[in-house]
Amino acid sequence: MNRAAIKQKMSAIGAGPVSETDYARKGFALDVQVAPEQLVAAVSVLDAEGFFIEAVTGVDWLGEQAALRKETEAKAAAEAKAKAEAAAAAGEEAPPAAVPAEQGELPEDVLEAVYDFNHYESLCRVTIRTKVVRSKPEVPTISRIYPGANWHERETHDFFGITFVGHPYLEPLLLPEDADYHPLLKDFRP
Amino acid sequence: MSAFAESEAKETFVLNLGPQHPATHGVLRVKLTMDGEYIAEAEPVLGYIHRMHEKMGENRTWAQFLPNTGRMDYLHALAYNHGYVSVVERAAGIEVPERAEYLRVITAELNRVSSHLLWFGAFILDLGGFSPLLYAFDDREQILDLLESVTGSRLTYCYFRFGGVYNDIDDNFVPGTRAFIKRLRERMPMYHNLVTKNIILMKRLQEIGPISAEMCRKYGATGPVCRGSGINFDVRKHEPYSIYPEFDFDVPVYDQCDSMARYMVRMDEIEQSMRIIEQALDKLPEGPVMAEKVPKILKPAKGDYYHAVETARGSFGVRVVSDGSNTPYRLKLRSPTFSNLSLFGEACQGMLLPDALALMGSLDLVIPEIDR
Repeated sequence: MNRAAIKQKMSAIGAGPVSETDYARKGFALDVQVAPEQLVAAVSVLDAEGFFIEAVTGVDWLGEQAALRKETEAKAAAEAKAKAEAAAAAGEEAPPAAVPAEQGELPEDVLEAVYDFNHYESLCRVTIRTKVVRSKPEVPTISRIYPGANWHERETHDFFGITFVGHPYLEPLLLPEDADYHPLLKDFRP
Repeated sequence: MSAFAESEAKETFVLNLGPQHPATHGVLRVKLTMDGEYIAEAEPVLGYIHRMHEKMGENRTWAQFLPNTGRMDYLHALAYNHGYVSVVERAAGIEVPERAEYLRVITAELNRVSSHLLWFGAFILDLGGFSPLLYAFDDREQILDLLESVTGSRLTYCYFRFGGVYNDIDDNFVPGTRAFIKRLRERMPMYHNLVTKNIILMKRLQEIGPISAEMCRKYGATGPVCRGSGINFDVRKHEPYSIYPEFDFDVPVYDQCDSMARYMVRMDEIEQSMRIIEQALDKLPEGPVMAEKVPKILKPAKGDYYHAVETARGSFGVRVVSDGSNTPYRLKLRSPTFSNLSLFGEACQGMLLPDALALMGSLDLVIPEIDR
């Protein structure tokens, strides 16, 4: 499988960063980031190349934004402290403590849908990722391209509440038919 | 000969197949819309034994999830052990001693033979032949005894550990396994004479339940289902893991696309698995069965990792997302029969009901693995 050709086609449809990963370390060869509206085009590229669908994985990144901010703040605080200590050691007056930057609202956390594709003839597992905000998790369906995605999407909808727009039959698959909860969300409480 | 409905369905009724039905092997329900004896529409209804293994994985440490892996595909539990320990070893960068890899391959292949034997008996039972089941169980019993002596259990094995296996083999294992292979080699011609060449079986399977290669691709079918449709895809050859590249074995592929082709693939695989076991027994090195310095509290580096293994039913993949803590952040289990069954609705349209049951049997369903 020609990885360069896939990379080129993916960038032609405007997909985000396409990175080649170390297969032995990660277990997949290409990692493609796309926006939800580019998903169908990206999957069509793989369909034309003869890939088959392996799985759809949802991931809930609840708390990621808060963790990122905390990390940046800790870094800034550590830097300020180091500066102050350096100044004290040099016998200078400590610089005025940095005023904490005005913090806006935290950006919303996201849900991620990860699509794994593989090829029957050559070893090339391609991972396509797309992220949507938790309050409006809408991803277009790919079940028209890969009918096998039908069940994978229904399962992901069961567990994460991601709505696959255009899906022909988005009913619970593994959960009871009247289930109105999504157990793999990180804030799910039974 | 394959009989398909000739006209559009006019007067239909709904027939419930399962969840308690001997041909659905567990608790699968299929909602069939029937036009007389012909199937107009089929909708598998899943989830009767859904246990949410993926959520359980997020609530326990990496090692504590190991026993769960033996409880998904209870017929080929060791392959599931293998898939999970491999992905964690990949994430944490653990090296496995050679002897442990040999023991993994030998036990996993023995387990594959036992899975195929049980499928063989149960499949013929679906088609109305009772006695082959008893013969197959007789042979399978020998494997269970062998594996019990090594792993300590007979069905839901939890034998592999991160960095090796739990226990070294005893003195009886190698001669016992050789004796078993000799015995099964002598029994296989009997199976072929009694069952494979049986005219009733041929009429029930040949040209029944066609699944094209393109349909396999669109639904992500793997394992004997895709190899019965002429696709040469076996994870052991395709993305070699463990020490499979060291062994000389063939991947049986048939391109008739019918139920008979899938039957023949599995029967041939028994022989290939025995070849792998023999070679592994010949080459079995001495040495430790556990890696030294496997950390007690495992904290794989941040990131996501994928690993696939070939189970008796196809490609089982695990995708783990680690946040660097001692529990998995996300654990996705890609089970082969889930994808293999998803094509059933399309494949059985217009088929006679008994033919559809032959098709379903040839998919080799294990429901706990679909529902997880």
